[in-house]
Amino acid sequence: MSMIERPYYSDYSSAPIQHQFSPYADNGGSVVAIAGDDFAVIAADTRLSAGFSIYTREQNKLFPLSDGTILGCAGCWCDTLTLTRILKSRMQMYQHEHNKTMSTTACAQMLSTLLYYKRFFPYYISNVMVGFDTEGKGCVYSYDPIGHCEKTNYKAGGSAGALLQPLLDNQIAHTNLDKVPKEPLTLEKALALLKDVFISAAERDIYTGDKVLINIITKDGIKEEAFDLRKD
Amino acid sequence: MFDPMGAPPALWHNGPTPGGFYNFPAIQTRPSEPITHSKSPVTTATSVIALAYDKGVVIAGDLLASYGSLARYKNCPRILKVNENILLGASGDYADFQYIKSFIEQKIIDEECIGDNIKLKPKSLYCWLTRVMYQRRSKFDPFWNNIIVAGIQDGEPFLGQVDKLGTAYTDRAICTGYAAHIVLPIIRDFLDKNPNPTQAEAKALVLKCMEVLYYRDARSFSKFQIGIMDKEAGSSIEGPLTCEENWEIALVAKN
Repeated sequence: MSMIERPYYSDYSSAPIQHQFSPYADNGGSVVAIAGDDFAVIAADTRLSAGFSIYTREQNKLFPLSDGTILGCAGCWCDTLTLTRILKSRMQMYQHEHNKTMSTTACAQMLSTLLYYKRFFPYYISNVMVGFDTEGKGCVYSYDPIGHCEKTNYKAGGSAGALLQPLLDNQIAHTNLDKVPKEPLTLEKALALLKDVFISAAERDIYTGDKVLINIITKDGIKEEAFDLRKD
Repeated sequence: MFDPMGAPPALWHNGPTPGGFYNFPAIQTRPSEPITHSKSPVTTATSVIALAYDKGVVIAGDLLASYGSLARYKNCPRILKVNENILLGASGDYADFQYIKSFIEQKIIDEECIGDNIKLKPKSLYCWLTRVMYQRRSKFDPFWNNIIVAGIQDGEPFLGQVDKLGTAYTDRAICTGYAAHIVLPIIRDFLDKNPNPTQAEAKALVLKCMEVLYYRDARSFSKFQIGIMDKEAGSSIEGPLTCEENWEIALVAKN
């Protein structure tokens, strides 16, 4: 077999359309997670887009891995579908092998390992995971696409991540503010903040909008909430 | 053969050089030609439109397969009835669609041979196509298509789209290609005003959208097919239908 060139059509040649295949797409979406002593909340918008097109306004980007662990994904949607499907089967395999549900800390490590396994052809996803740590406190794990994992109390990821993280730094950690009293974060404060930051993100980021789905984990289990964002 | 007058035969022939590794005769040791993948679509089909109504789904696509800007083949159907539960429509590379169509049809034959009367459901086909498309994109040899799976599952209408990367989503109205830009806003606007259209309304809307597409999409064609799957009335693929066209306005238009 000889080398096959791209087909050449003379009536189509003055400015040939070049389709450069890229295995990745940026489908946007933002994920925000906040953890307190006795709760963890995670929220993601429901807009799935590509460039200036909105694919759907109703795409859930939160994936409950167990009764106490939730993963939020934003970025390349085809990778998200694949990764979450693998995670789901790994959770099931763990359940059958050990006759118990995987802890959040174990899930967090597993995700890091799965991401690094694809180090040279990464899943292009901004992952944020929430649950309770070994001490029973709410926690947030955030990742880069190749598996670096960090445990924090709050994180904004996805298309508006860079927009929202400094806002959370200011409102939750009170960074560089010395006159703000240190008091533990309540669930009410976290939810109010979550709604505010998403409304702000929808103003400035075209990939964030339509609706926000919120999952709240407390000792009673997972509760779901939703509220609307601007749809333009 | 031994030749008493000639040179004696070599002590060792047709074998490896003494001390060397044996070269298997059928295997070429030189590096083979690089593997080539399709980096762009060739014979392309334009948009597919799909809409779910209260009791079923409507899906439509025209019959044209283009070679770039050349309207090359004018009778290329790409709305497919997979089984009693599923309609499928595809835009993009027509050859890739025909290949996908062939292995879906084989899947249905294999299933019927089992004879347990269990039929493939739209969500299953949609999920499976997601994996097929993702696997090919991961091999850097994608099927250059957008596929819409439409059907009825558990009494509910279903619409899902898969693209060449394996990106997949479900919605009440889905369009591929140029229609995603020019027709989808019309359908979304319609659904905002009338969230539960009847079959007649949905069909009328899709027919109108095919007309809009024919006027505005330079790669579209007046002949098209429309597939309808209804909870009660079953499914059918109608066509070829023809857009009503009226170009009188062209005489008035300047620029």
